[in-house]
Order: sequence, then C-alpha cells, then structure tokens
Amino acid sequence: MKRAFLAILKRDLAVASRAGGGGELALVFFLTMVVLVPFALGPDLNLLSRIGPAILWLGALLSALIGLDRLFQSDEEDGSLDLIRASALPLELAVLAKGLAHWLTTGLPLALVSPLLGLLVALPGEGVLPLVATLLVGTPALSFIGAGGAALAASLRRGGLIVPVLVAPLTVPVLIFGVSSANAAVGGTVPFLTPFLILCAISLGAIVVGTVAAAAALRSAD
Amino acid sequence: MIFEGLSFALRPGEAIALTGRNGAGKSSLIAMLCGRLRPDGGSIRLGGVEDEADLAEIAHLVGHRDGLKTALTARENLAFAQDVLGHAAATPDEALAAVGLGHAAELPAGYLSAGQRRRVALARLLVSRRPYWLLDEPLSALDTASQAMVAGLMRDHLAQGGAILAATHGPLGLDGTREVRIGA
Repeated sequence: MKRAFLAILKRDLAVASRAGGGGELALVFFLTMVVLVPFALGPDLNLLSRIGPAILWLGALLSALIGLDRLFQSDEEDGSLDLIRASALPLELAVLAKGLAHWLTTGLPLALVSPLLGLLVALPGEGVLPLVATLLVGTPALSFIGAGGAALAASLRRGGLIVPVLVAPLTVPVLIFGVSSANAAVGGTVPFLTPFLILCAISLGAIVVGTVAAAAALRSAD
Repeated sequence: MIFEGLSFALRPGEAIALTGRNGAGKSSLIAMLCGRLRPDGGSIRLGGVEDEADLAEIAHLVGHRDGLKTALTARENLAFAQDVLGHAAATPDEALAAVGLGHAAELPAGYLSAGQRRRVALARLLVSRRPYWLLDEPLSALDTASQAMVAGLMRDHLAQGGAILAATHGPLGLDGTREVRIGA
C-alpha cells in the first residue's frame, strides 16, 4: 500500500518535471503577475510595501489554481485513473498522493521564490520570513481544496475554467488569514501567531476534507 | 437500458469472447465487471467476491484507453503499474521483452506508435499477477505478428489457471473460446 502511494507521488512529480508537464507554468505565471503589478501601480513605494503581501498571496493563489483542472482530468483521459482505481490503495490515499505531488510542484516552489519577488513589491526585510511561512502552510489548503474541485470536473471534457471558478470562493478564508498573518508580521495590532495558527488549522482541515471530498467525487463520477 | 437477461459463468482456464455490434454494451459490461459501473439489476460474482469495490482489485483491466503517461518511458509506465496494482510478477523489462518491445524501454510512451502503446498496455498484464483478465478490444491496432504474440500470452495465462474475458470483433486466436453475444 505504501508502495502504491509512493508510486503515484513519484509518477506525478516525474510527469510534472518533464517537458510540457505544467510544473513550471504556475511559477512563471506567479512571476509574471507579481512583476506586472508595480508597473500598474506606479512608483509609490509605501503603497507597494503596504499591499505587497496581498499581491504575493493573490499571485500564489491564482497560480496554484490555473493548472488544477488537469489534476485528475489527464488521468481520466489516458485511462490511468482506472489503473489507480484498480489498486488496493484506498482512493482517498491516492488523492492524498496526488494532492501532495501538486503541492510539491506548485505551492512549495511558489513559497520558495516569494522572497525574491518580495523585493519587487518593496516588502520590508522583517516581513520576508513570515511571508514564506504563511505561503508554506497556506498553499497545501489551496492544493487540497482544489483537488476536490478538480475531481468534480475530472470527467468533463471541457472543464477548463470551471475548476478555478468552483474553487476560488472556497479559498477566500485561506487568502484572508494568509494575508492578515503576513501583514501582522510587519506591523499592526494583531500578533502574528493569531491569524497564522488559524491558517494552519484551515490547511489541516482542507487536507482532510479535500481528500475525502475528491475521492467521493471520483467514485460518483462513474 | 443497454442490455438485459445476460448470464454466463467464466471458469479458471477459460476464455470468453464478448461479441456484439458497436454500442451493444461490451465496454459497459467490462466496466461493470471491474466495478466501475453498477448494474441496475442482477449480480456479478468474481472469484467469490461480490462487493464492487473489491472487483476492481482482482480483475486486470486493459481498456480501450491504454493507461499510459506519454511523458514517461515504457519502463516507467510499467513500473508504476506494478507498484500500483501489486502482486508483482515479471519485471517491467521482462514484460516488455515478452511483447517484443525490449528495445523501446527507454522511449517515452508518447513516441511509440498506437500498436506499440497497445503492446505496452498489454505488457501490464504480465508485471502484476491477477487471475481475471478483462480486455477491451485487445487486438486493436496490432499487426498480425503481434496478434499471434498476444494470443500466446493469453494461452499461457489460461494454462496457469487464469481466466480471460475479451470484448472483440475478430477472432482471438485461441482454441476453445466460448462466445457470449450481447444484443441480438
């Protein structure tokens, strides 16, 4: 069972890292969006640094959402989802492996490049590490809430945009607490830990609920 | 309603050729046998297992989609299938050699022709041991030499006490195949 779990994880990482796998797409989108915002806002450094965490979080959220529709759809199309269904591994654990692979190829790299992009939005030095921390613990929620939506759209031939539309409203709490804890680190009256711990809780909840929901959606899709 | 009143038994060492016109429900029946579709009535028992979630775990399905990731090599695809399906039998390289693709192990599946991809999908039957083979058009896109090779693999499986149900339009190339026709 552990072998099947690791095989799915390894395969999804391999597919994402090969040419055309879409692993780098989210990162490039994130980069493009954050680079464009200062041009749109003009040279007001105070404004930029005030809304910097929000821009980075919004960028991370949208980048995590864009590739999501393919999460189960590509497996459904080429028939490898049948293979996963035929495994003794419970579907929930298969979804967990796929969600984890999605986070490792989108959320984790997004969090790791965010200090670099923080420079572009004049993020204060003391806010960099907290921002990375919020992205690290917040992006798993995006991957797993997204997995639920992606599973619903797995059997739709042209489900492309429906997944982000379906998933985006559900990610609002993640965005609110992600941005507020990143902001709390650079000033304000709320201590950093208060929103940060809520963000952790949302993430843990999303991993469980998203996994079970996605597995249920895949089962009922037949 | 796709079909009704269908009843047959498949015994170890036996092969059934499932025939019928296009759209008669051959693929739907196979989907039911591996637990993906629920019949409106009646029951399916496979090796004493009736729960549909467990049906998928003892049947070995090669559907009309090959189940290969085009970005991964033939060997990686088979290694994945072996890890996921369990009951490891032949190694991916042995299985590829058995379907005559030993030279293509390092090629991404996307570079292979339709017939070669089909053979990689059929090699999946060898990397992990499961008693019931459910094949949907196993010979489609295969040349005559490959068809004979697949018939050989099926004969070996039957000789080891396995059972095969294959939806097909042409002869499977096996002796003593029983035919079950869906839809008159």
